[in-house]
Amino acid sequence: MPSTAMKKKVLLMGKSGSGKTSMRSIIFANYIARDTRRLGATIDVEHSHVRFLGNLVLNLWDCGGQDTFMENYFTSQRDNIFRNVEVLIYVFDVESRELEKDMHYYQSCLEAILQNSPDAKIFCLVHKMDLVQEDQRDLIFKEREEDLRRLSRPLECACFRTSIWDETLYKAWSSIVYQLIPNVQQLEMNLRNFAQIIEADEVLLFERATFLVISHYQCKEQRDIHRFEKISNIIKQFKLSCSKLAASFQSMEVRNSNFAAFIDIFTSNTYVMVVMSDPSIRPTKGPQRLDLANSVPRSPSVDTQRGTRDSTTSEKPAKMIERPLTTSYGSVPMPRECGKK
Amino acid sequence: MQVNFFQYVYHSLYCMFYSVLDFNDPFSTEVKPRILLMGLRRSGKSSIQKVVFHKMSPNETLFLESTNKICREEVSNSSFVNFQIWDFPGQIDFFDPTFDYEMIFRGTGALIFVIDSQDDYMEALARLHLTVTRAYKVNPDINFEIFIHKVDGLSDDHKIETQRDIHQRTNDDLADAGLEKIHLSFYLTSIYDHSIFEAFSKVVQKLIPQLPTLENLLNIFISNSGIEKAFLFDVVSKIYIATDSTPVDMQTYELCCDMIDVVIDISCIYGLKDDGAGTPYDKESTAIIKLNNTTVLYLKEVTKFLALVCFVREESFERKGLIDYNFHCFRKAIHEVFEVRMKVVKSRKHQNQMQKIKRATPNGTPRVPL
Ligand SMILES: Nc1nc2c(ncn2[C@@H]2O[C@H](COP(=O)(O)OP(=O)(O)OP(=O)(O)O)[C@@H](O)[C@H]2O)c(=O)[nH]1
Ligand SMILES: Nc1nc2c(ncn2[C@@H]2O[C@H](COP(=O)(O)OP(=O)(O)OP(=O)(O)O)[C@@H](O)[C@H]2O)c(=O)[nH]1
Ligand SMILES: [Mg+2]
Ligand SMILES: [Mg+2]
Repeated sequence: MPSTAMKKKVLLMGKSGSGKTSMRSIIFANYIARDTRRLGATIDVEHSHVRFLGNLVLNLWDCGGQDTFMENYFTSQRDNIFRNVEVLIYVFDVESRELEKDMHYYQSCLEAILQNSPDAKIFCLVHKMDLVQEDQRDLIFKEREEDLRRLSRPLECACFRTSIWDETLYKAWSSIVYQLIPNVQQLEMNLRNFAQIIEADEVLLFERATFLVISHYQCKEQRDIHRFEKISNIIKQFKLSCSKLAASFQSMEVRNSNFAAFIDIFTSNTYVMVVMSDPSIRPTKGPQRLDLANSVPRSPSVDTQRGTRDSTTSEKPAKMIERPLTTSYGSVPMPRECGKK
Repeated sequence: MQVNFFQYVYHSLYCMFYSVLDFNDPFSTEVKPRILLMGLRRSGKSSIQKVVFHKMSPNETLFLESTNKICREEVSNSSFVNFQIWDFPGQIDFFDPTFDYEMIFRGTGALIFVIDSQDDYMEALARLHLTVTRAYKVNPDINFEIFIHKVDGLSDDHKIETQRDIHQRTNDDLADAGLEKIHLSFYLTSIYDHSIFEAFSKVVQKLIPQLPTLENLLNIFISNSGIEKAFLFDVVSKIYIATDSTPVDMQTYELCCDMIDVVIDISCIYGLKDDGAGTPYDKESTAIIKLNNTTVLYLKEVTKFLALVCFVREESFERKGLIDYNFHCFRKAIHEVFEVRMKVVKSRKHQNQMQKIKRATPNGTPRVPL
């Protein structure tokens, strides 16, 4: 790992079975939702290093949530776990019957964070929302959000409703990584210039391995406010289907009589999507493209040439079904792509 | 090349016209071919129907309630996929006098019997035998399609073993009853992957009398355009109506399905009018996806409900002009076929009302028992 890499420690906490390992495997290791049923409980802490946008390294600490481990985190391992934390992600199982205990652990966590990493950003994910009846979801989420905000004081927390079965997971994780990207304002400014020059309705920038939206610029009002996470989800699923044929897609063009959308590799770590409402126009990929590309953070060893592979975010086919089944107390094999240390 | 293609198109049209006329059941013009979904309770019948025809996501089927009466549904969204699906409750009693199975089987094109492979299937096989023999007595033209279902829970070896075992037992049972002439087709299916769409595609294809003509059209189209493989898809159900005669590889088919999903989903987001009017899939719908292994996926609108999805090598795709020109001819042929068929159906209806002529059975064309 180049010494210039910027490491950010991210803690994933929450009670056992709340879905921490599942979500990280989907976002960072090419699992599909179904594959997560085979995950066993996490023993102690699993560390993974995920290279993101070239020189940003997310140091994920997936902390197994069984009681014995939890007690340990707050006592003997306290300093080790809660020091230098950039982001704390606390995952709540919305169907949990032990709300009080969940809240108790959450507050212990906050205490430890306040002592050791008072500047950490805190995200609460109210997870497995798919298990709640659709017409109840808004209500239940609002209630939980209020409770969590109140209990978190004096710290601030951002709450998201999530499920591995739909695009809400992408919305939450896009917001999380957005917090972690260095000089993101610069990136956004360049994206705006680019969009204006090519007269696009909308331009989205995706991280290449996860397909999380890391930046966007919009010139025209769009109907669907959930479109970014939907597109992340759609394209990521397609990427996984390509990997079954040991292939990956390079570019995509979709149109009908109202629009044309183009998705293409942009830098070695990003894809760009350009949406035009006049479908007869093709976007130019001239020199403007480099301006934007230069602002995307990257490690010095990787060049910006199109199509260059990033070694850490490999596109290996995800054949997770072939992994051995583990019992709930067996150890979990690390998802291959993020297991490198 | 193109001249050949044109000539072929008109020849096909001609054949198609006759194959349409070849329908020989004068009473059936208004009845759509019927597909029955039968099998034990909780074997997955309703799930299959919801996933294939209502885009229900597989995990949502966990909430489906048990079916307690026959649910009929028309699938008449395109000119070629045009049938009725009857979803049965798990327990039907052939001896119940209110259950007129003779009437039901008489109008049936395909009977899909669903077996839960994750469960002990002995009872299912007994039921299957009873159902098939009854149905056959009433209507020997029914296609019997056996879905060995929920195979997502089985290992690859186990799948093959289960299929072999079920095949053997059912055929032994038929042989014991002196009914070895009944042909059963077997499919390994699951709603959690594309196998259910693929199986349903095959079931439906058998019910399309114009299939050989469509296949020929596709063959000529791809060989003249430098295309490796082409599928004609019903966009909504992702059933493929026809493909050229090169072998179908499951992964290729899956990728086509996934491409259709991507195209429709993105078009739903950006391709509707500002007020939400319009349809995501319209006359101008097209998509090009380039993979890193020199393959290009090319999708084009054929009719309101049908799409052509092609696999093309990158170097052949450089002659996109030729492909598009040939596609234009292909599309026109399909449209004319469709119009001819509509006209024929209408005029037949008219004829039937006027007089019930007994036509001689023509030969050489496959037809649907309507
Ligand atoms: N319905 C539903 N199930 C989920 C969701 N996310 C995860 N699961 C399931 O929850 C179970 C437990 O998930 P894990 O990711 O192993 O839980 P964990 O938080 O890592 O548990 P520990 O490692 O013991 O702390 C798995 O069977 C997942 O399939 C979700 O959004 N909805
Ligand atoms: N694992 C797995 N489960 C499935 C599959 N298909 C259906 N199921 C599950 O099987 C259960 C029963 O499904 P239904 O579709 O209601 O079964 P049915 O045959 O219509 O049942 P009745 O209406 O009672 O006759 C549901 O919980 C489905 O989620 C499959 O391919 N794999
Ligand atoms: Mg875990
Ligand atoms: Mg049912």
